[in-house]
Amino acid sequence: MQRIGVFVCHCGSNIAATVDVKKVVEIAAKEPGVVHAEDYQYMCSEAGQAKIQEAIKEKNLTGIVVCSCSPRMHEATFRKAAERAGLNPYMVEIANIREHCSWIHKDMEEATEKAVILARAAIAKVHLNAPLQPGESRVTKRALVIGGGIAGIQTALDIADAGYEVDIVEKTPSIGGRMSQLDKTFPTLDCSACILTPKMVEAASHEKITIYTYSEVDKVSGFVGDFTVDIKKKARSIDIDKCTGCGACMEKCPSKKTPSEFNRGLNNRTAIYTPFAQAIPNVPVIDRDACIKFKTGKCGLCEKVCQAGAIDYTQKDEIVSQKYGAIVVATGFDTIKLDKYDEYAYNQSKDVITSLELERIMNAAGPTKGHLERLSDGKAPKEMVFIQCVGSRCADDRGKPYCSKICCMYTAKHAMLIRDKYPDVNVTVFYIDVRTPGKNFDEFYRRAVEQYGVNYIKGQVGKVIPQPNGKLLVQGSDLLDNKQILKEADMVVLATAIEPNPDVRKIATMLTASIDTNNFLTEAHAKLRPVESPTAGIFLSGVCQGPKDIPETVAQAGAAAVKAIGLLAKDKLMTNPCTAKSDELLCNGCSACANVCPYGAISYETKEVNDHGIRETRRIAVVNTALCQGCGACTVTCPSGAMDLQGFSNRQILAEVDAICR
Amino acid sequence: MSIENKEEFRPKIVAFCCNWCSYAGADLAGSSRLSYPADVKIIRVPCSCRVNPMFILRAFEKGADGVIMCGCHPGDCHYSTGNYYARRRMTLLFSMLDYLGVENGRTRVEWVSAAEGVKFSQTMNEFVEKIHSLGKNVRLGDLRCRN
Amino acid sequence: MEVKMNGKKAAEQIKEISGTNPLKCMKCGKCSATCPSYNEMDIKPHQFVSYVINEDIDALVNSKSLWKCLSCFACVERCPRDVKPGKLIDAARQLVVRQKGGNYLLADEIPELLDPELPQQLLVSALRRYRR
Repeated sequence: MQRIGVFVCHCGSNIAATVDVKKVVEIAAKEPGVVHAEDYQYMCSEAGQAKIQEAIKEKNLTGIVVCSCSPRMHEATFRKAAERAGLNPYMVEIANIREHCSWIHKDMEEATEKAVILARAAIAKVHLNAPLQPGESRVTKRALVIGGGIAGIQTALDIADAGYEVDIVEKTPSIGGRMSQLDKTFPTLDCSACILTPKMVEAASHEKITIYTYSEVDKVSGFVGDFTVDIKKKARSIDIDKCTGCGACMEKCPSKKTPSEFNRGLNNRTAIYTPFAQAIPNVPVIDRDACIKFKTGKCGLCEKVCQAGAIDYTQKDEIVSQKYGAIVVATGFDTIKLDKYDEYAYNQSKDVITSLELERIMNAAGPTKGHLERLSDGKAPKEMVFIQCVGSRCADDRGKPYCSKICCMYTAKHAMLIRDKYPDVNVTVFYIDVRTPGKNFDEFYRRAVEQYGVNYIKGQVGKVIPQPNGKLLVQGSDLLDNKQILKEADMVVLATAIEPNPDVRKIATMLTASIDTNNFLTEAHAKLRPVESPTAGIFLSGVCQGPKDIPETVAQAGAAAVKAIGLLAKDKLMTNPCTAKSDELLCNGCSACANVCPYGAISYETKEVNDHGIRETRRIAVVNTALCQGCGACTVTCPSGAMDLQGFSNRQILAEVDAICR
Repeated sequence: MSIENKEEFRPKIVAFCCNWCSYAGADLAGSSRLSYPADVKIIRVPCSCRVNPMFILRAFEKGADGVIMCGCHPGDCHYSTGNYYARRRMTLLFSMLDYLGVENGRTRVEWVSAAEGVKFSQTMNEFVEKIHSLGKNVRLGDLRCRN
Repeated sequence: MEVKMNGKKAAEQIKEISGTNPLKCMKCGKCSATCPSYNEMDIKPHQFVSYVINEDIDALVNSKSLWKCLSCFACVERCPRDVKPGKLIDAARQLVVRQKGGNYLLADEIPELLDPELPQQLLVSALRRYRR
């Protein structure tokens, strides 16, 4: 039997004006188990807390009920007070007689009656409370960043600058990501490589950062503060320590027919290659599917020309296992496939290109050395048409329902750059809406119109028809003039929707991080916790969370880093003791609980149990208290009633129900 | 039902409120002094998905006249998916209760956010009004619990 | 011949027959951009949507567009928002047909009523629609 103390607060006149406090004390004192009951002006004050502590010590209380304001306000205060008096803080229950009673009722008798019932419910609950101890788990002071684009690089740099070890895992042979493919960046028009490459170099030379390129995350286990990750380093076929990056191998490689991923397939690369000249690390990889040596066994030219002797055809995939305290996902995006958009003739004409392809064409290191030309015949275009929202804001399954956010701005940028460099080229943009929220963004778009004479037409394009003379007939509408427009263009650029990197699904599954219907990772709270995943210890950086431009990505990357640093700075994690717990004698190992757990906190182990003298081996649910957040979904799902939530147990809530309905 | 009767009948109403949204919404209703009948007694749960159908059955067994469950709006659950589970469970439970003679009006699920003090108070007023119109619950009650 | 309709009711019927929700329209104009009969029309395909939203069905059913639409469904195919202006006008046409009740034309009456301006495609599309 518990020895319970009841403390009723007047809260000045906030409670006492409508609730007869003395009467509540009087009735509560007669409840079973109650050995002490008193009231005081302000329970939360120093003096009020002293009264509680005194009573705990004097009367040897094992549980207390405070009838006061909302537990959201002072539960923590009273728990601390109890703890100081040597009582387990989870033996404290609050009856909310202010917000839920005195403040909303006017009739004193009615309010007093309700206050008594609320006090009874809290007393009934505290009878069943058990002391709870928050668990502790250690924190490995190392972070993993998945993805080596600008988001990943920025997050890694920020974490490393705070003094923690960081590993970046990048799938492609070089870090740099999408931003390395861009020519210029809005709204300042500075060259993308000029601002990105110094960051890449900084990351590579940072003593706290380890970069795994041409590698993928293979397996993740563990939980916040203590993840174990297997990283698969794909065979590069080149000894990264010996290679000097001279590039002789790439010059001599006879296999030159593979479409270059970096140039979006607009030209070809060799089988041994670095994606781009400023690649980091500046060490090539051999694409074994394209390499003649690997396909036929003959060739080996690269090995002959390599003076450093770095070529190693016998290399194998390697698994590196590493422990981390925090994981940041920065997997970025790709443009959608345009197979379902036949009307834009993307697959029919080489002169219909995506904006990212135009980015490569405009780039001095790109397939056309930066000359704006038609890919079909190499002629300079005179008429260019840009089509917005290709695949974005689509209600059907051909595209994406969201706005890709960056297209309006980069189209204004492209239009402006083209008009600036080639003033004789006419540029027409078909748009639905021009969306330019952002610092200096609308001014930028207006400059394209006012200063550079870009022709913006409100209306979508219905069809692009390749003509026998090589031109493209663009059929679109001008909604403001209420006209249908037929325009002959030399090149058509599609502002293609972006989508999260397709690999993110696999990664999210490994991390048990939740993902939305568009494959964007879900944040813990849309407004207040935008860079954290609901799964503890997982943080989100960049477009993997939602469409973003570069400044936003960098800002979010920094925010994710801070959150990760906040975690890594702790030596130990205190876990919420109100977690689920399974009764091994009742559990039948059906997995129902694990299926509803949003945190992957439930696993199963095979264990020998002693069920009333019968010893047998059973499959039993085990809750990882470091992961469990205490929502209780599993407790209701459990068909055998084995799962219960500490602090909000079935018996406790039933006792409250009983007390209220008494 | 006459007004006199209404005075006599004091329904017992149990409200299960999610700690992260509707419990805070009820707090807000309190601090905004938005009154609702004292018949409503709130039980705090960590999430609407913690509400076991058993709790609701027990409430009716012990003589409750109505049970309302409030959770976060769909998509806003603190634990990301809890309220979806709750929604499905309650849909099934309520249709079963209806079959057993506990009218649908006696059970309700409402999504109330921490900022919706007004909605909380309105919901409770409506719900109590509804229970008044339905009168005392005579089904499921354990006769030993009757006063 | 002027057709009169109860705007509100007719708009509801059009939504029901077409099975589309005009409120989904984001006013991109892709329907008008893709319409082969655009220049023949007085009310343009993208405007069908706002006429239905505004319940101005009288204007719609008395427009040239009602019969100039070829029912080629290019707009239905390409609409990114699943609004399907072609289906809306098709439904409006159905309303007119229904309002005229069972008074089907006799074959003999047709030559007299035939408008030389009426595109032959309309007859073709009528055949396509009612082929059995």
